[in-house]
Amino acid sequence: MSKKNGLIIPCDEANHTCDKTQYREASLWEKIKLNIHLIYCRACRKYTKNNSKLTKLVHSEAVECLKTSEKKKMKSALDNEITGQ
Amino acid sequence: MSGHEINPNDWITKYADYLFNYTITRVKDRETAQDLVQDTFFAGLKSMKNFKGEASERTWLVSILKRKIIDHYRKINSKKGQAEIKVNFSHDSENEGSWLEQRVADPYDRTAEDTIENTELGLAIHNCIGKLPEKQAQVFKMKTLLGHETEAICNELDITASNLWVIIHRARTAIAACLEKNWF
Repeated sequence: MSKKNGLIIPCDEANHTCDKTQYREASLWEKIKLNIHLIYCRACRKYTKNNSKLTKLVHSEAVECLKTSEKKKMKSALDNEITGQ
Repeated sequence: MSGHEINPNDWITKYADYLFNYTITRVKDRETAQDLVQDTFFAGLKSMKNFKGEASERTWLVSILKRKIIDHYRKINSKKGQAEIKVNFSHDSENEGSWLEQRVADPYDRTAEDTIENTELGLAIHNCIGKLPEKQAQVFKMKTLLGHETEAICNELDITASNLWVIIHRARTAIAACLEKNWF
């Protein structure tokens, strides 16, 4: 981030913005800079493509995950059982 | 306790999500799925001495879980059957003889091909997440699957935001590579 408002950003910053866009946390200005970067950077284009694909997959209904609280409950129940043995 | 490496204390962090995902695609209901996974852990704990170490710990747990899911369907199906008999004998006699096929819930009913694929996808993703270092896996799950806010995660795990993004970046790269190899 040496040039604060430059249009040209290095790859690591582009990737960082790309990660943020996956969670809808990038600002408009950041997205503009990312897209300008993508025009000329093939590697980052590939990364962005894969990254969005991953997001799409993860958000398809198939992937479920236990909430932290639910896990804690399970853990304590299991611990009880272990000590009970 | 037994000679083989088996450590129930790690079960929840290591396998709970995988098993839960396996169950939820088969029983739909979150509560039931949770109970089944919990039962599986209990059963695993009880029969730990019988674990011969021929399969991996996870495979072994999945095989227990399978029995649990089957038992679950047996149980609800037998209840359904009893309820249906009453309905059937009071009125609506033209359907006689076919009530079993028609009314008993078929666990494979909604298993069209895309559902099968989705099931496998879910497991594949959890498989890949399971290969990550624990911290990365934890952050990735909280951020992506549970949709927590960045700040909330930072507070809970006591890390900075840029730290979090680096972890996320590494996790995503690793998962993408892993899926590329095993799924696409």
